[in-house]
Amino acid sequence: MAPQATEEQVLYANILNKGMMIGLLGLVITFVIYGAGILKPVIPLEEVQNYWVMPVADYLALTGIHAGWAWLGNLGKGDMLTFLPIAFLSLLTIVCYIAILPGLLRKKDTAYIALVITEVVVLTVAASGILGSGGH
Amino acid sequence: MLKKFKASHAITLLIVLLTLLAGSAVVYASQAPEVAIAVETSVTTEAATQHAWWYWPLILLVLSFVLGVFAVLAGVGGGVLYVPIVSGFLPFHLDFVRGAGLIVALAGALAAGPGLLRKGMADLRLAIPMALIASTCAIAGAMIGLALPTNVIQTLLGATILGIVAIMIKAKKSEFPNVPESDPLSQALRITGVYHEPTINKDISWKVHRTPQALGLFVIIGVMAGMFGLGAGWANVPVLNLLMGAPIKISVATSKFLLSITDTSAAWIYLNNGAVLPMMVVPSVVGIMLGSFIGVRVLAVTKPAVIRILVIVVLGVAGLKALLKGLGIG
Repeated sequence: MAPQATEEQVLYANILNKGMMIGLLGLVITFVIYGAGILKPVIPLEEVQNYWVMPVADYLALTGIHAGWAWLGNLGKGDMLTFLPIAFLSLLTIVCYIAILPGLLRKKDTAYIALVITEVVVLTVAASGILGSGGH
Repeated sequence: MLKKFKASHAITLLIVLLTLLAGSAVVYASQAPEVAIAVETSVTTEAATQHAWWYWPLILLVLSFVLGVFAVLAGVGGGVLYVPIVSGFLPFHLDFVRGAGLIVALAGALAAGPGLLRKGMADLRLAIPMALIASTCAIAGAMIGLALPTNVIQTLLGATILGIVAIMIKAKKSEFPNVPESDPLSQALRITGVYHEPTINKDISWKVHRTPQALGLFVIIGVMAGMFGLGAGWANVPVLNLLMGAPIKISVATSKFLLSITDTSAAWIYLNNGAVLPMMVVPSVVGIMLGSFIGVRVLAVTKPAVIRILVIVVLGVAGLKALLKGLGIG
């Protein structure tokens, strides 16, 4: 038997590869926009160092920043824009799992269909913010 | 020969310089805790505006680069070095360090994943059941981690890091573990495979056993990964290799890929709770990835055993510092 990556593995790898490249490039581009001051941030660049020394709950209370997906409504701000590639990278696994599902369905691989669907649900719940947002 | 000699020395010199620069930053940071405390308690802006905005991100970039190089040479994940060292020696709060640590580990796993999957080294059928348990438990771990007081988390982190140091010193590896018979669960899930081992130019068939016990251990691994923001390669590999009997190369590759799923769920909890600061995340991710890139090349011209001892010592000091800080002694 010759060693071979399965069809699902190759598909997963291809999506992950493209997504990872886009995500990392996006991370650098949005950070340059943020750091160069092309888009004004919610928290001025010089003041960020005042907040990263404190617990996240204090940071949110003092800055008035809403946690969760609130950044999506503020993409015109340099710091909030940087969350876009971070969220993109964090969503990649869900996309890859959904992509391999049709192949598993075709093969009637019941156990892995159940595992993959459950994982998608778990990751989606985590990403949704319904498990709580706002720090301790 | 001369060219190779010069290149290796140039790389070593570069790493030494960057290590010194990162070390100076760490020393400076540890000498100025009063500033951090003052800001934390009174939240006045005057005390903290002493540096240009890029000062700490630049230090993070350089430190992460060095950690990235050392992580590759020592054969550990970047996250396990990043969290204790950055939280122990730089002025960032543990909440944000854990958030950044998870994104750092996630980015590293995402970058390594495609190559490992294509070569058939990371095995999707082995990873998927383990990932489901670990990622679900990582959510619980992250929520617990963000709910507990900082000193409790710091103490537990210190104890965990010292435990990891013990594992690094004691743990053995088994290149091709003997698995007489696969267990019923792994048979039902068809967790088996073949990979090509270039060192002996042979295709190796592998199967696993003790799957239920491994799933049980992934509950603990997931909780710890989420709670401390550490990548969990230090725990994944012994479970996959020594307990389940997967060959070491399959275990290491599948562990790295597994992190991309485990850390995704925990990262979302930190993201949704505001504990991810782009100003920390981006320099850290870029630094550690560049460091890993260089580390792979340096690996050919250095003695990893020496670096591994150095990393164990640094990790031990960072773990002890975290423990003492958590207990209010350090």
